[in-house]
Amino acid sequence: MSNVATATDAQSTDLNAAEMSQYLTFIMATEEYGVDILRVQEIKGWDMVTPIPNTPDYIKGVINLRGTIVPIVDLRRRFGLPNIEYGPTTVVIVLKVYAEDGKERTMGIVVDAVSDVYNVTAKDMKDTPDFGADANIDFVRGLATVGEKMVIILEVDKMLTVGAMAALDRTKLN
Amino acid sequence: MTVDVTQFFQAFFEESFEGLAAMESALLNLDIGAADSEAINRIFRAAHSIKGGAATFGFTAVAEFTHLVETLMDQIRSGQRAVTQPDVEILLHSVDCMHAMLDAVRDGSAVNQEQIAAVSQELQASLAGGAIASVATPAAQQSSMSAPKAIPNEKAATNGLWKINFVPLSHLLKTGNDPVRMFRELSGLGALRVAVNDKNLPPFLDMVPDNVYLEWELVLEANVDEKAISEVFEWVDGDCELTIQSPQPTPEISAPPAQKAAVQAPKAATPTTPQAPKTGAPASTHPKSGMKEADKKPVGASSAETSSIRVSIDKIDALVNMVGELVITQSMLGQLGKDFDMSRIDKLLDGLTQLERNTRELQENVMRIRMLPISFVFSRFPRMVRDLSQKLDKKIDLKMSGDQTELDKTVMEKIGDPLVHLVRNSIDHGVETHDKRVAAGKPETGVIQLDAYHQGGNIVISIADDGAGIDTERVLAKARKAGLVKEDETPTHERIVDLIFEPGLSTAEVVSDVSGRGVGMDVVRRNIQELGGTIDVRSVRGEGSSFTIRLPLTLAILDGQLVRVGDQTFIVPLVSIVESLQVKKELVNRVAGKAEVFKLRDDYIPIIRLYDMFGVHPENTLLEEGLLVVVEGDGVRAGLFVDDLLGQQQVVIKSLETNYRRVDGISGATILGDGHVALILDVSGLVKLSKNQGPTPQNDSDLALPRSAAA
Repeated sequence: MSNVATATDAQSTDLNAAEMSQYLTFIMATEEYGVDILRVQEIKGWDMVTPIPNTPDYIKGVINLRGTIVPIVDLRRRFGLPNIEYGPTTVVIVLKVYAEDGKERTMGIVVDAVSDVYNVTAKDMKDTPDFGADANIDFVRGLATVGEKMVIILEVDKMLTVGAMAALDRTKLN
Repeated sequence: MTVDVTQFFQAFFEESFEGLAAMESALLNLDIGAADSEAINRIFRAAHSIKGGAATFGFTAVAEFTHLVETLMDQIRSGQRAVTQPDVEILLHSVDCMHAMLDAVRDGSAVNQEQIAAVSQELQASLAGGAIASVATPAAQQSSMSAPKAIPNEKAATNGLWKINFVPLSHLLKTGNDPVRMFRELSGLGALRVAVNDKNLPPFLDMVPDNVYLEWELVLEANVDEKAISEVFEWVDGDCELTIQSPQPTPEISAPPAQKAAVQAPKAATPTTPQAPKTGAPASTHPKSGMKEADKKPVGASSAETSSIRVSIDKIDALVNMVGELVITQSMLGQLGKDFDMSRIDKLLDGLTQLERNTRELQENVMRIRMLPISFVFSRFPRMVRDLSQKLDKKIDLKMSGDQTELDKTVMEKIGDPLVHLVRNSIDHGVETHDKRVAAGKPETGVIQLDAYHQGGNIVISIADDGAGIDTERVLAKARKAGLVKEDETPTHERIVDLIFEPGLSTAEVVSDVSGRGVGMDVVRRNIQELGGTIDVRSVRGEGSSFTIRLPLTLAILDGQLVRVGDQTFIVPLVSIVESLQVKKELVNRVAGKAEVFKLRDDYIPIIRLYDMFGVHPENTLLEEGLLVVVEGDGVRAGLFVDDLLGQQQVVIKSLETNYRRVDGISGATILGDGHVALILDVSGLVKLSKNQGPTPQNDSDLALPRSAAA
């Protein structure tokens, strides 16, 4: 349950450009993904979760985060990537997300490893190309170029809500 | 002289509303002719303290109005008049008015002035009828006295000569008031002539230096209103006799009723906030319910924002005691820890046990502070039933039980309005008029039964009437018209009855101001669902209908039995457990080769295999190797098959919905001693779940949908 790192002190760069944002990146299946660092609450080591019955399989379960119950999403399963054994670098990134109803929720995502913190300017950010129906890109905000690397920037608000919540909405209509 | 009285407003309003509630219930229980003097005193005292408070805080209209009530009560109390039905009626209306006026003052909203004028006219007429002159004089005095600051906009200022007769009581100086200063203030208003009357002045030797023996007659020539003058004397109210004569004399209270009413109307109207326009309060032909509609709403809104709770001193004392014990235990343990060796392990264990007990008791008691008896909500119904049944010319008997059932304050606040709606519906749509009842061979008097009781960590409130029941044909016809049911569809009885919760369906033939606008039942259901509760309706044509509301008792803590299934720990609410037992193989049967039932003495109960339901890998799949926890939910029994019972403990309920969503069969989560999360089972949900669908397929997100409770 130890905090691996607090995200903000990872890199100190002057943020003079207004359109510049900082992203925390993590590795999953050799790709590097980024989330808005202001949404990151904390990073913690992987620990046992309590599974919740009758939920989609990418919901690993819930954990106790200082007295609140926080759902944990396995991002590999969410993205349809092959499962791997959780190892010593496996971490849970706890994020703040805003659901469609505007309510703030806290959720955790399980990723292979955390990587870095980058400054990304608006001009480095590219729209996601259209993959057609092949890839589930609902929660990709864009692609950012950092040096030679490509980082996939995620739209955190959609990770928990799309699917899980849409399912709930559908039943409400019945 | 500037004390910020606004800080006491909240307390004043709470006390006043309590007083009003007490008045109302005492009035309703008053036996005409042979009234209990204690009840009368109670009513009088309540009116008296409301008047006093209102005057102190400058709510002139409230004070003046309440004064009339008090005067009437005083006459009854002193035996000058008998309690009559019309008087009780008037007093009840007055209670409503005071409530409305206080609401208006608190919320800064408008009040139905016509109604208040009408009621105060009635009051005065009644007073004049059996009035005694001596009562009337102090009345006039009082109403002019009790007009302090805070509220601007009294009657238009009058120019001329004000005659003020000021007779201080002898102890006036001891209260820190100085007539000279008051006169100086008065002279600031205009030209003042002071004449002193020293007829009471004793011989020099008998004189006590700090007593007042003088009286004054003042003539003030000023273009001011009466309020400005009485304000000067505000602080000596009660320490002097004061009469203020205005240039155009205000009619005394003892004047003939017609004249009084004309004056009283604008007076009563003034203290509502000046900027608030007279909102269209529904026609004054039905003043009672019209006002309720108009004024009830803002009450609910603001009570949600600022709320406090009155806790009996017993509960507080118990808490203080417990904290004391906790401190003792803590210091005992502290001492033990200073030089500890293994020989004292027994003492340590004792101490820990004690600590556990203290903590549990403390927790229980803290929770109990939030719990209030549901009579807070129920108490308004006798009045409502009485008024509405009179208006609708029906004979209705209201029976209530379980009004001491406690539930959480938050839940209580939110259940009030839905309940009112349901009771109204029962009166209006449910119970028939007496000719119809007689024709149907029923007793002439209809019965509405209100019950509240605890069941399985829930509070159940049921509202039943023996009226006509729901006219399913008409509901269906309406639903077809509204497109809720297709033409060729023939829904079941339950489904049709359930349709009344759909927006836009009302079966009342005539839309009355009681009910029947077709808004409501959907709102009722939504409100209840927001509280995490459910509402069911059962109705038999010609025999009546009953609504059953089930609400979580509190949103915080429950007693739980920890059970193990595979490597998972679940919590079964202790209240829903009937017993736990080992299964004998021969007592298990399979119905249709699938559904397992267990013969529990004379009953057959279905077996729910938790591991199956929740997709957990169990330790045992053979029934005789595990344990069966017999639970009851929604009046249905079922056996939960688990691997082991672990222990009992109180758990703090944490919501899954805060960060996730509702999960079927799970009512919440909690955190165990080791920091892990355990899920709390929702027993009635599980029973329903097992009946409807059996085990849910796991690894398929689209199939594993939660079914909404409404579906």
